[in-house]
Amino acid sequence: MKLHEYQSKQIFAEYGVPIPKGRVATTADEARAIAEELGGRVVVKSQVLVGGRGKAGGIRLADSPEEAGSLATEILGMQIKGLPVRKVLVDEAASIATEIYLGVTNDRAARCPVMIASAEGGVEIEEVARTDPEKIHRVWIDPLLGLREYQARYLASSIELAREHWRTFIQIASGLYQAYVSSDATLAEINPLVVTEDDRLLALDGKMVLDDNGLFRHPDLAEMRDLDEEEPAEGEARKYGLSYVRLDGNIGCMVNGAGLAMATMDVIKFFGGAPANFLDIGGGATAEKVAVALEIILKDAHVEAVLFNIFGGITRCDEVARGILAALEQVDTNVPMVVRLVGTNEEAGRRLLAKAEMITATSLADAAKKTIAAIKEA
Amino acid sequence: MSILIDKNTRVLVQGITGREGLFHASQMAAYGTQVVAGVTPGKGGEWVLDGKVPVFDTVQRAVDTTGADCSVIFVPARFAADAILEAADAGVQLIVCITEGVPVQDMMKVRRYLDQKGTRLVGPNCPGILTPGGAKVGIIPGHIAIPGNVGVVSRSGTLTYEVLYALKAKGMGASTCVGIGGDPINGTSFIDVLSMFEADPQTEKIVIIGEIGGSDEERAAEYISDHMTKPVVGFIAGQTAPPGKRMGHAGAIVEGGTGLAADKIKALRSVGVKVADHPEQVPDLLA
Repeated sequence: MKLHEYQSKQIFAEYGVPIPKGRVATTADEARAIAEELGGRVVVKSQVLVGGRGKAGGIRLADSPEEAGSLATEILGMQIKGLPVRKVLVDEAASIATEIYLGVTNDRAARCPVMIASAEGGVEIEEVARTDPEKIHRVWIDPLLGLREYQARYLASSIELAREHWRTFIQIASGLYQAYVSSDATLAEINPLVVTEDDRLLALDGKMVLDDNGLFRHPDLAEMRDLDEEEPAEGEARKYGLSYVRLDGNIGCMVNGAGLAMATMDVIKFFGGAPANFLDIGGGATAEKVAVALEIILKDAHVEAVLFNIFGGITRCDEVARGILAALEQVDTNVPMVVRLVGTNEEAGRRLLAKAEMITATSLADAAKKTIAAIKEA
Repeated sequence: MSILIDKNTRVLVQGITGREGLFHASQMAAYGTQVVAGVTPGKGGEWVLDGKVPVFDTVQRAVDTTGADCSVIFVPARFAADAILEAADAGVQLIVCITEGVPVQDMMKVRRYLDQKGTRLVGPNCPGILTPGGAKVGIIPGHIAIPGNVGVVSRSGTLTYEVLYALKAKGMGASTCVGIGGDPINGTSFIDVLSMFEADPQTEKIVIIGEIGGSDEERAAEYISDHMTKPVVGFIAGQTAPPGKRMGHAGAIVEGGTGLAADKIKALRSVGVKVADHPEQVPDLLA
């Protein structure tokens, strides 16, 4: 789960990371009032969960509260990479002397957190890693010990930060690491961390990605999820414990297990079709869950056929069959459906589905070919 | 021969009185696995599986009393890290964690601790281990595989079943099948299992089943090139997965241009691994 800039910076501030004064607004009037309150120059920043906000014109400087208001009107009407801007952050503008990158994330290969710093702040760190890998400095953190002071000092010296700022930098690095650990984050990033012309360190931008599996420990953070920013069907699916990702093809897929669901999409593509979605009903799915899943798939108007691929282990094929039948009673549809049931209680499942007019398949390849053929015939 | 588990493995089940734990404990026992103990805090003194298997409050008591040398974990995600550490501290040498949804920060700590102790963890978020005709520890349905000479290692669950089933349909059997799990940080990697298969006399060929996310497959390819003499066949799921989206498994995500299926397939093919276009093709490539 991604957090907005304003949410991330609030969390950073709780752990002692200095951030600019500012607040979030949803209307131009609010933005104007916040600018008034802050006094002086402000920056109006769109709050959407994609990168490249600056390039898209979603981050602008304002010299007066009136200008802040009119810029807010403009930005609140924008779409950035297809996402409508619904909130702006109004921050006091900082006079920037230098820009640094500082972030902490999970290193899968090293199986521990890694803290990354670069003197090349304010630009995409992946880009720096590609073009100037020697400008990226890393320290790996023992998760049982946490970030040690010498490690933060090593980063400060590696990026050639002036010595007078080391103390503050170490505090910021330590605060960022604490924020990352205490929030069950997979990424906590300050880009840029700036040195201002009056010699202060300030986190101008912030980004956090939280581990969905850790959210049970953080009901307060779970509430920060911005439902406006996700595909409604994906949120709906999550409520029922289903994992759904919409794609742009025309073959709806319902599968048990994530790996098999991906493989099913791949097989459809291999035989010349295009999957409309990824959908994992999980292990031991009940009839109710299957019914909800089918409704979600069929809500996508592009779906011209549905392929069910169920390999029963914990999941019982007869239970899935009952779910399909229940869903078909509730949903009025005439798209062709192809079913492949293998494993636990497959015979009972097939018998149940014999009444419904569905195409049956024995293998995954067979199922994919029959689904593609069914669309051509229709 | 097989790897990790066989008929002599003495299994204890953490979370044995829960719905999943009890069901799969009985399935494991029915397969012929020696299920010697269960652990559920607060239920010590009870007996399960028709009064044949004693339940203990702590793993230490269970190990001391029954000599269990392998633990399989079915506890909810929020208790999983503690359950793994408890088994490790009780001296269990092989821990298999089936639980899905364990926070990654928990796993980083657990993994570091286990590495220091030298304990082997398989999972979490995995289907477990099956040695056909010998024993099963976890949830892989026993009837979908027959004994044979193919070693199978996979990051997935049901996709693994699909491949085992396709092998069986062609009369091919498995020496051992190891599901290492779909989480970004887990206990056992492809390389760990590949080296065990290379050393196992029963295993003559190997199937590796990967998916998008991380770089475990790329590192496996390097290892295969440098250390493996037995032929390896692969399948990678997620060629059609869009970047930035988590595809069910916490670890199955293409981020910042890394973790792409195409790169993994290329890495494996470049070291002579035959990679199947779809899972049912795997037996043909092994023949």
